[in-house]
Amino acid sequence: MSHAAHSHDLQRCRELVAQLNDYLDGELPADLCAELEHHLADCPDCQVVLDTLGQTVRILHHLDEAPPPALPADLEARLLARLRAG
Amino acid sequence: MPGPTIDLSLYADEAALLAALRRHDPDACTCLVKRFAPLVYARALRLTGDPDEAESVLQSTFIKVCDALPGFDGASSLGTWIYRIATNEGLMVLRRRKPQIALDDVADNLHPEEVPHQFQAWSHDPQRLALDGELRAQIERAIAALPEQLRVVVLLRDVEGLSTEETAAQLGISPGAVKVRLHRARLRLREALADYLAARSEDHA
Repeated sequence: MSHAAHSHDLQRCRELVAQLNDYLDGELPADLCAELEHHLADCPDCQVVLDTLGQTVRILHHLDEAPPPALPADLEARLLARLRAG
Repeated sequence: MPGPTIDLSLYADEAALLAALRRHDPDACTCLVKRFAPLVYARALRLTGDPDEAESVLQSTFIKVCDALPGFDGASSLGTWIYRIATNEGLMVLRRRKPQIALDDVADNLHPEEVPHQFQAWSHDPQRLALDGELRAQIERAIAALPEQLRVVVLLRDVEGLSTEETAAQLGISPGAVKVRLHRARLRLREALADYLAARSEDHA
């Protein structure tokens, strides 16, 4: 990760990126959570990555809530013909 | 040729639709297709990335659904049952393809596309954004651009809502590999959305 104004250990950020997913999914062990949260409190870039990764996941969860496009008419006709043919 | 028109409220009640399907009412079959085929096709297209394969998944799904209807016990909703059959049919199409190059399922070995480069906050409500047509187009394009082995995992886990264990069983890989692929897919999608969403939050600032 590129950090402009902070003096963080970049290697530390890279290690923690690997844990963000388990953290978001509530599967990170408590001791590692505490360590991650300690780092996040002091690292705005990692905090943004966590927040936007969480938003990405929520967008995916809601993706199929909006009605999908209608089936193309020719495709629907072929499907119905196939089903009626038994 | 336009498809048949039908009053979709005809069998709004699922039990009534099921009863009509079981007595082979042709309107009920049309109603079933109108109600469930659009999402079956949209998901098959996402999974396979190929319109011909997606149509083949659509047809085989509904043939199986019609064959299995007499034994459908109603333990889940009709939609849940149909979409599960569609997922199985879609995965079968993927399995018939040539084997993919094995992925390196080690979380530490992130590809350059997966290492975060974007550090600007997004300021939108993602629930509202999921209904935003342009955002939907962006995320669909980003999903389509994922390598197949990452795409399948993120679709099953985050879009279709399977658990880590269910996804692992469907794909014949370990739960650990599911987690690593999911993480890599999510990081790539975050990066792909960041340009669009970070720019929008500036507009609205």
